[in-house]
Amino acid sequence: MRIRIKFKKYGVMKFVGHLDMMRYFQKCMRRADIAIAYSEGFRPHQIMSFAAPLGVGATSDGEYLDIEVTSTKSSRESLLALNKVMADGVLALSYRKLGDTDKKAMAAVAAADYTLWIKDGYQAPAMDYQAALQEFFYQPKEILVTKQTKKSVKTLDLKKLVYDFQVEVKEGRPIFYLKVSAGSVDNLKPELVMAAFYEFLGMDFNPLSIQVHRNDLYGEQNGELKPFDEMGEEIG
Amino acid sequence: MKRLALSDEILLSVDKPARYIGNEINSISKDPSQVDIRFAMCFPDVYEIGMSHLGIQILYDMFNKREDVYCERVYSPWMDLHQILKGRKIPLFALESQDPIRDFDFLGITLQYEMCYTNVVQTLDLSGIPCLAKDRGGDDPFVIGGGPCAYNPEPLADFFDLFYIGEGETSYDALFDIYKAWKASGKGRDAFLRQAARVPGIYVPSLYQVSYREDGTIAEFSPIEAGVPAKIDKQVALELTDTPYPAKPLVPFIQATQDRVVLEIQRGCIRGCRFCQAGMIYRPTREKSVDTLKRYAEEMLKNTGHEEISLSSLSSSDYTDLKELVEFLIARFHGKGVNISLPSLRIDAFSLDVMGKVQDIKKSSLTFAPEAGSQRLRDVINKGLTEEVILEGADAAFAGGWQKVKLYFMLGLPTETKEDQEAIASLANQIAVRYYEIPKEMRNGKCQITISTSFFVPKPFTPFQWVGMHSKEHYLDCAKTVNEAVKAQLNKKSIRYNWHEADVTVLEGVLARGDRRLGAVILRAYEKGCLFDAWSDFFDYGKWKEAFLETGIDPDFYTLRERSLEETLPWDFIDAGVTKTFLQREYQNALAGKITPNCRVQCGGCGVGKYQGGVCVADSD
Ligand code: SF4
Repeated sequence: MRIRIKFKKYGVMKFVGHLDMMRYFQKCMRRADIAIAYSEGFRPHQIMSFAAPLGVGATSDGEYLDIEVTSTKSSRESLLALNKVMADGVLALSYRKLGDTDKKAMAAVAAADYTLWIKDGYQAPAMDYQAALQEFFYQPKEILVTKQTKKSVKTLDLKKLVYDFQVEVKEGRPIFYLKVSAGSVDNLKPELVMAAFYEFLGMDFNPLSIQVHRNDLYGEQNGELKPFDEMGEEIG
Repeated sequence: MKRLALSDEILLSVDKPARYIGNEINSISKDPSQVDIRFAMCFPDVYEIGMSHLGIQILYDMFNKREDVYCERVYSPWMDLHQILKGRKIPLFALESQDPIRDFDFLGITLQYEMCYTNVVQTLDLSGIPCLAKDRGGDDPFVIGGGPCAYNPEPLADFFDLFYIGEGETSYDALFDIYKAWKASGKGRDAFLRQAARVPGIYVPSLYQVSYREDGTIAEFSPIEAGVPAKIDKQVALELTDTPYPAKPLVPFIQATQDRVVLEIQRGCIRGCRFCQAGMIYRPTREKSVDTLKRYAEEMLKNTGHEEISLSSLSSSDYTDLKELVEFLIARFHGKGVNISLPSLRIDAFSLDVMGKVQDIKKSSLTFAPEAGSQRLRDVINKGLTEEVILEGADAAFAGGWQKVKLYFMLGLPTETKEDQEAIASLANQIAVRYYEIPKEMRNGKCQITISTSFFVPKPFTPFQWVGMHSKEHYLDCAKTVNEAVKAQLNKKSIRYNWHEADVTVLEGVLARGDRRLGAVILRAYEKGCLFDAWSDFFDYGKWKEAFLETGIDPDFYTLRERSLEETLPWDFIDAGVTKTFLQREYQNALAGKITPNCRVQCGGCGVGKYQGGVCVADSD
């Protein structure tokens, strides 16, 4: 039986990287007595996979992992058991049984929502953000940026990969909302969009000045984006 | 939400920021305003090493069980953060509360190896605590050292207000109670130190004076006033089964060196190898009851979620109920996602059988530690492992399907000759011969024999505490001899040889048997940038050499010199249980190549019997 767990990551846990989060959850499963299934072999490992890695420094309200279990308690009981053994800064939000045809978390990711803001202690440049965003994002037909990976340099069109881009100004400081393509095919990091926006404005972009917060992940169903936590069903 | 001492900007610019955030599973959080004593426990090396240390976990658990104490942890900031903290004058902080160390009542530093001494100075320096104890005053924390290196605390005497000699389980309660009373009294620092000096096991270096002879040896070492004990008794937790053990050890987020449950099955060792300090200072050997261990194994795995459990002791094969314990662990956990790791087992039918169950034979290797190549030299060091036993073990292992063998030796042992060194290579060759005697169709390709040698460093409270060491060049010659001898073996293609650096050995030798005058060198070395000396990437003997020159201290005095049996040694004021007479007798036996049987076969009268515990009394009934 496959289970999808949603969790949030906040506070000091944002400094714990993806690989360490995987190790963290493996130990959580044992502490919480979740009947997780193991692989065969001399060093059996838990059958567990994460939807989309989150960078060190980012927080999230919508992280997901899939596990395989041999039996399970109800969603409510399992959540209670998990949250009893969590560190401060990780909270399990849902525990749902997946259908046989549901794709694996990693393969199912199609898009992600982010909120980004300028951290305390960094200046927020004064300007008309709405106008700037119109000019940068909504007016052009294509926005070409280069993405540098270890192996290659790729040119991307942000118009195709950014599904939504909004800004709201609170107390003179901008808060950005982004819905971007995510997953194994066209994964777009929100920092890349921000960097392009800053460059367009003729400003230096300091990634350390921006807090990245992931709101949720989406899968695709019949050509539409569907929030990840609507997949699968509650266990009564 | 938890407040951090470091900004996001700093944390996101250093390697592995999770080293500095605390918040680990099973870490303790208390309200500092509700406790009387704040204790910062430091392991002076990087987080991943420090978090793997059992002793700190024991004391952390024990101290925090007291309602009036809040014990937190601190490790050496890695080089990247070190530069930032120093550059921006950010005070070193404890992981739990993220509060500056300098606001604590105590800073406890565990001393596990000599090469961490510059990291001790780093901890003080970054904390903003005066490095020298004599410069401390007012609200500065009391800096207390413990661990095996505290058995010769003298090289660090300048930096510490107190040392705790022996096992932490016994005297800390008394020390804390005295501290509370002193704090309430409003008296000066000296008043506390004078009282603390009367607590069993506590050594206050400032209350002792040393004078030297013209030849540099110690003329006299004595208390500066009446009421200060002339001898410090090492502390022993005699009833080991009943002493506190952390059922909920800390679980780090990043991978520590020991990412597993560590079950301490016994303390001490019955064997009495003459080079081994642990085997002498942790006497008498004390076992924990197997039922207690079974219970701990269950609880600790449950409370940590670890996927591996490892037995800890100096020589697990000597644990009386090993079979019962291991069989329990296998039956209870094997195949349920828990790996069982069994280090320090003697290779015999039983151990091969259980290792065959818990390891992947093809991937794993078997370890032998003959320590010396020839039987003659093994008798000198009292390593009761004969060639016959090694070869029989290898036979059984090869028959069981193993192909990889690791061999550990020391070079530079007392009385060692070229023949002894060459014997290392021929022993490895003989093991290979045994492998190739197996019919071809039954073996699995080549065997791989790896020889590793380290250079011997004489340690206090061992029968070799008097012997002279060698020059760096001599050590490298020893390694060269072995290397050439390996190349001359018939099965050289199946044998690999690794050896250690020699500079580190020389420095370790200086610090291990040094006296108070070395404080100046350590401080100077730190000022010159020496740090993380235990890490070969950072170790810079050139700077240490300058530090010796500039402080006018001759390292050869501490290493090359053979001490006379009459000399007052810097650590003589400590009563470690084993008597000087016993150590001298053992030294003579070593030179005569005479074996001393282990404690279970025959008591060697080492002096530890006075504690009336462990193996010393177990066999008499
Ligand atoms: S007194 Fe005897 S039995 Fe006890 S530790 Fe010493 S040698 Fe071993």
